[in-house]
Amino acid sequence: MTNKTLTPPPHEAPPVFTRDMLDWLAWIEPVAEDALDARQRESLIDAARSKSAYFRLLARDPDVLEARTRTDKDIFYNPEAGLPRAERELAATATSRFNGCIYCASVHARFASTYSKRTEDVDRMLAEGVGADLGERWNAIVEASVALTATPIRFGPAHVERLRRAGLDDLSIADVVASAAFFNWANRLMLSLGEPATMPKA
Amino acid sequence: MQVPADVVDALVGVTPGSPLDAVRARRSEARKQAQTSWRALFEPADASHMSVLERCAVARFVALLHGRSETAAFYAARLVEAGATTALAAAIEAEAAAAPRQGPYGAYPPGPLSCEDAPGAVWQATSAGRTALGARLAAALEHVHMLVFHPRDAAAPALQALYDAGWSTTGIVTLSQLVAFLSFQIRLVAGLRALAGRS
Repeated sequence: MTNKTLTPPPHEAPPVFTRDMLDWLAWIEPVAEDALDARQRESLIDAARSKSAYFRLLARDPDVLEARTRTDKDIFYNPEAGLPRAERELAATATSRFNGCIYCASVHARFASTYSKRTEDVDRMLAEGVGADLGERWNAIVEASVALTATPIRFGPAHVERLRRAGLDDLSIADVVASAAFFNWANRLMLSLGEPATMPKA
Repeated sequence: MQVPADVVDALVGVTPGSPLDAVRARRSEARKQAQTSWRALFEPADASHMSVLERCAVARFVALLHGRSETAAFYAARLVEAGATTALAAAIEAEAAAAPRQGPYGAYPPGPLSCEDAPGAVWQATSAGRTALGARLAAALEHVHMLVFHPRDAAAPALQALYDAGWSTTGIVTLSQLVAFLSFQIRLVAGLRALAGRS
């Protein structure tokens, strides 16, 4: 068997960070939708993900995919106390912006905008980068996410202290940490297994 | 060495009944699934596309690149447990020490974002390292370095290099998941340690 990377169909790469819906094109072969076995289908968790090339590619290692997705869901969707959903999404967006993942940033900027209603602030970070001034509480969350994303990791007591001063309790700070840490997982998959494309204009 | 029941708790130093234990318990599913992810990667049901020794070699390299002693020591022990020779362990250490270890950097597609391009090295294994590691693991570590420090430089030819070194498509998915997961785990541990007032 010869293994060759895929050549994506003609498409336009998104030129800037955006809240628009983007497509994602794989560089190596996902499992075909009708070839997914029972374990691979189960690992998608949401049946609709069988339409997604990204999830069908990750389904090649179903045990890791399923645990990854269940980790993701609890970090972002668990409604019990802690950091509001909007700010978990802000941490995800800041991490993606700093790592340079245009696809992940688009998805989570939409969520951050929807849940916070602060669309202008979200758009300012997409346009200007993680140094944009978004007010102290959001600045503290963005700075913490960036410090945790940098290598070597810079996140330390000063970031914890700034988050506490901004009104975050320990569970909320742990939510910032988990959200930013998780996007260091997600960004690397999205960036390295395929590429984003603008959606064809209807 | 006994593998801890929860690797993140062990690396952070979470003790039962501590404030951090209570914080982690509020996100019990994420806590459990992070551990399930670890087991899926390091105690896989099917290791035919990537051996456990290769997984531990990559993990040790990733941990060294991050310069976090708690995780680097943990994966050093896993690597020995997986049957690595002293020569292999030494080669991984030497390669990590020779590689640039600061990120993220990289280029955007040419256009308005080009002004944010932060160019940096594409790291290659040394020739001595390549001999000690073998072609397959050397290609993996070169890919790993890009994933850790400049993932936005990723492009299809990087995956072709893995194919050419003998990796399967499924093996590439597992390798990518492994590095991405470790990027998460190392940061989760570092962040929770800071929250607990540890360095």
